[in-house]
Parts: sequence; C-alpha cells; structure tokens
Amino acid sequence: MSAAPDHAPTMTRASFAHRLGQAAPYLLVPVLIVLGFLSIGSSSSWLTLTVSGLAMGMMIFVMASGLTLVFGLMDVINFGHGAFVSLGAFVGISVLLALTGWTTAPSLFLNLAAVLLAIAAAMVLTGLVGWGFERVIVRPVYGAHLKQILVTVGGLIVVEQLIHVIWGPDEIFLNRPETLKGAVTFAGAALEKYRILAVVLGLAIFVAMRLVLRRTKIGLIVRAGVQNGQMVESLGYRLRLVFIGVFVAGSALAGLGGVMWGLYQEVITAGMGERMMILVFIVVIIGGLGSVEGAFIGALLVGLLQNYIAFLAPKLALVSNIGLMAAILMWRPQGMMPVVKAK
Amino acid sequence: MLVNLISGDTPRSAVLTVLLLIVLVCLAGAPFLFPGVRSLETAATICIFILLVASYDLLLGYTGIVSFAHTMFFGLGAYGVALASIHIGRGWGALIVGSLSGAVAAAALALIIGLFSLRVRAIFFAMITLAVASAVAVLVSQLFNITGGEDGLTYLIPRELTPAFRMGELFGVRVNGRVLNYYLIFVACLALFLLLLRIVNSPFGRVLQAIRENDFRAEAIGYRVVWYRTAATCLSAAIAALAGALYAIWLRYVGPDTTLSFEIMLDILLMVVIGGMGTMYGAVLGAVIFVLAQNYLQNLMGVAAEATEALPILPLFLDPNRWLLWLGLLFILSVYFFPTGIVGRLRSGR
Repeated sequence: MSAAPDHAPTMTRASFAHRLGQAAPYLLVPVLIVLGFLSIGSSSSWLTLTVSGLAMGMMIFVMASGLTLVFGLMDVINFGHGAFVSLGAFVGISVLLALTGWTTAPSLFLNLAAVLLAIAAAMVLTGLVGWGFERVIVRPVYGAHLKQILVTVGGLIVVEQLIHVIWGPDEIFLNRPETLKGAVTFAGAALEKYRILAVVLGLAIFVAMRLVLRRTKIGLIVRAGVQNGQMVESLGYRLRLVFIGVFVAGSALAGLGGVMWGLYQEVITAGMGERMMILVFIVVIIGGLGSVEGAFIGALLVGLLQNYIAFLAPKLALVSNIGLMAAILMWRPQGMMPVVKAK
Repeated sequence: MLVNLISGDTPRSAVLTVLLLIVLVCLAGAPFLFPGVRSLETAATICIFILLVASYDLLLGYTGIVSFAHTMFFGLGAYGVALASIHIGRGWGALIVGSLSGAVAAAALALIIGLFSLRVRAIFFAMITLAVASAVAVLVSQLFNITGGEDGLTYLIPRELTPAFRMGELFGVRVNGRVLNYYLIFVACLALFLLLLRIVNSPFGRVLQAIRENDFRAEAIGYRVVWYRTAATCLSAAIAALAGALYAIWLRYVGPDTTLSFEIMLDILLMVVIGGMGTMYGAVLGAVIFVLAQNYLQNLMGVAAEATEALPILPLFLDPNRWLLWLGLLFILSVYFFPTGIVGRLRSGR
C-alpha cells in the first residue's frame, strides 16, 4: 500500500486586482472627494460642498439603514418606509415648536436639549407606529413580494393622509434653534453649524450600529439571520422577534432621519418621506440590498456627488444620482457589497 | 366571430358580461346618451384610463412585475404628440409622428431599464423605476425651454377634431369635432384593448403567466425569463405611451400634473387592484369605478362633511381632500381580502 501523497497546498497571494476589487467600495468615497477637489479647484468651496455632501449622505444613511436590514433579514421590502420619515419629522418639529422658549434661547445646552427631546419623541412614536405597521400591514404578506409592495404603498398613502388630517394640509416652516443657525469659518470656508452636527450625529449612529451588529450577541443573531435565517431558527432563536425589533428600530431611525432632514430643509411636508424614498432606494440598491456598510458608502456617494455636480453643472444634478446608480449596477449588478446568502 | 374578437377570453360570469356590455354601450354612445361637456370629458378619460390600466395589468397582473414608471411612459407619449404638433405644425402627420415616436421612445427606455434591473432581481425593478420616473418628472419640469416646465404645453390639433368643426345634428345632439375626437379615442382604445387581450391569450401571454406563478420553473422548462419579462415591459410601455398620446390629443394640453405625477401612478395601481389583477376586464371595471368616484365621490364627501359638521374630528376625515385616505384603506383591504379584485369575486361567485 502506497503512502498517501504529501499534502502540499499552494497558497498564492490574492492578486492585486482581486484585492483592489474587494477594497474598491471603501475607496470610492475618498476617490470621489479627491476628484471633487481636482474639478472644483477652490479649496474653500470644496470644503463647504464636502461637508454639506457628507451631512446629506449621513441623513440619507440614517433613513436607509433600517430599510436595508429589514430586507436582508426577512426579505421584506417596505415601500411605506417613507411614511416614517414624514411622521418623525412632524412629531419632532411639533415638539420643537412647543419648546420655542428653549430653541430661541441663546444657550447651546438648552438648544441641544430641545433637539434631543424632539428626536426622542419622534423615535418613540415612529417606533410604535412601525410596530403597528409590522403587525397590521406587513405580517399578513410575508413571502409575497408583489403583495408587499402593493400593501406597503397603500400604507404609505394612508399614513400620509393621516398626517394631513392631524397637522393640516399645509407645509410647516420652522427655524433652527438659535445656536445652530449660521456658519463657522474654517480655512476660509463657511461651514454651516447644523451640517457639522448632522455629520457628527450620523457618524455616531453608524459607529453605534456597527458596534451593535459586530460586538453584541443580538447583532450576531441579526447578521446570522441575514445570511441564513432557517439555520438560526433551527438553533433555537426566534427570528420573528428579532425581526420585529429590527423593524421597530429601523422605523425609529427613519423618524430620526425625518427630524434631521426637516431641520436641514427648514420646511416639512407630508410628501417629504415619499420624495426621500427615491434617494433611499438608490442608496439601498447601489449598496447591495441587505448590507449596512454598503448603504453607508452608497449614501455618502449620493450626497457628495449631488453637491459637487450641483456646483459644477447645476443642470446635471438631477440625473447625477440615476447616472451613479447606472454606473454602479453596470459594474456590480448586485450592488457594491451584496449580502452573501447561504442557500 | 365575437369570441374570436376577444381572443376566446370570455368574461366567464353572467354579471360580469352584463357589466362589461353596459360599459361598452355607455362608452360607445356617450355623446348621445349623456350629452354635455363634462360627461363627455369623463367618458374620454375612462376610455384612456381603461387602456392605460390594461397595459399596466399586462405587467403587474400577468407578468408579476411592479413598475412605478408607467406614468413616465404615459407622459412620453403625451409629450411626443405635443412636441410634434408644435414643431411639425398642426396636422394629422404630427399626431401620427408624435404618437409613434413617443411609443418607440417609451419602448427603448423600458428596454434599457429592464436590462439594468430585471436581469438581477425583479424587485430591483420596482425601486429603479420609481427612481427613474421621479428623475424624469423633475427633468421635465426643469427643462422648460423644451417642455414648458410646470406650465406644460398647449398646441393645436387638426381642425376636424376641435369643437369649431361643425357637422350638423344627429338625434338632437350637435355633432362637432369634439365628438369626432371622442370617437377617434374610443375606437383607438377599443382596438388597442383587443390587441392586449390577444397578447395575453397568446402563447407569449401563457409564458408570462407561467413566469408570474414560478419564474424558476419557467426558466427550467427552457424559457428565457429575462427576455420575456423585458419584452412584456417594452410592450406595456409602448401601449401606455399610445394611451398618453390619445390623452394629449383629447386634452390639447400636456403638463407634468396631468401625465407624469406620482398621484396618477397611485391611481393606476388602485384601479388595477380594485378591478382585479391578471384579468384584462378588471382594468375596465377598475377604471370606470375609479374615474366615476374621482369625479363624483368628492362631491359626496363634501356633503357628508357638511352633514357631520357638528361632530368633533369626523368632518376632518370626511373632508373632500381626504378621499385618497379612504381609497388607500380600500386598496389595502382589497389586496388582503380580494386579491383577485371585483372580477375575481364575480367569477368565483357564479
């Protein structure tokens, strides 16, 4: 009997092109920022545009993160997600308007307290509505994409109309809190204070989300559920409960995004969520359905590109997002960082 | 011969047959049965929406694809006629060139969108069409040099189709170009509707239904699912564009609100679902009920709101502007409880 052949695996290093391909999505944002700098030329306007692009991207990410996780976990596509954005904005802004004494005081502490209270109220309420939405609207149509799309669009219409019933048909204008108005000058560039706050807040949420997803047990279950739900369930975890939690959290984040966007635009309408959904969908598609990191990168790309193009060629700004989406889908038809499903 | 004309797809329900005949007779004789400007306006809108909703049903009900860009294709046809009438000049040639170029452009755009999204997952299609349609709507309102922006475009159509063209009296009703225009639309819509019936009852239509039921199995049997889905998208886009062209001929005006807005997209969805997905006849009933409701329900709600004025809160819900709330609720309930719509109910209850 001859001996078994020697086990001699050959380990070749991943080729440069392969590693570049894997890192490419992460590199896109810095590359875009550098390209923006080269084509704009003036460093002060570049800095202003970059900050506002990042702020916009962060806000879109906050709205998109819940949607993409819900899809990854349960294969549910929620076209009514925009309703939570509008609802959050209306609740949050109502709180801010009720706290006029705090928001007009020239104290940073009182202003931030008012904003945080508004955010908390908006998140609690949209979370609750999200819970009801899941029970009443989404639960009966699991596994049927067609019905999901139709029913959630119906839900979007109803919530939007209810906002009209409660807050009246007109848009509401508002002023930002006193200390968040105006801009600071840095290196010759005027940076709006609120945009800096939005970047900080968005970044904090992204980091917190990543920590929860990567470092906690619940995050582990969520990530495992995205990859192979049946296996997680057969290990004894009730994925349905996890899913409800994710849905509620996603709705609350959409509400938070709504408050941030309302303060950014300084006007809110019942249709704002519906309009934001278009950007959110673009972000979710180019990021890869179900991928939080992908949605983050996608959101930053959309925000930055829209701001740069609006400066360089205002006419093209409208189609820039569609162009970005087309380019990325040609490059990777499943989105930048598709979720690997074990099936 | 009659059965041949509807491609062997009989209504399969006595009540449905009667309803469809009533609709057909009412629409065919609308200028004489219901004289008056407003009722003729309603009848023409119903004709055009029947065609538009039927073309959407080819996509949603027969192929199982959700698209949010149907108003974009509708608008392409309408703007095609408008631009051709302006740049070529008043005449029949402009109408034909405008309609056909609108239909071709719609089919080409549908092909591009389909190739981008349908080859990956059908669910991408819903989101991508939503994004593209909104971008096009914004683009149209921004490029006011070409499209007239928010104001839209007004243009002249051949004199024979306008109220100024008089042809004498018939059954006590003054027949003018407007009536002729109505019959042009009626005949065109009827012909295209029969064409759609022909398509869904052909072997091609069978494959579409197979894909709707189980795309994996359809692929395994040997049908190129992507090809069929894309072809259905292009067909439905082209017919939607023709419906838009007819609408433009009827209104003699195009604007973003009348052809491109997301509200119309929602209306189309409601009509398909309430009428019954996957049955061309559902489009007929859905469109008739919806357009009548749109024109007359709001008056009714206004009366109800006034009647309940003394009560708290209730009048807010009954405000005529809130009619979409009730239709939205009806929509959700019908997706849950009557997924086959009115037509499905009638057929099963026979």
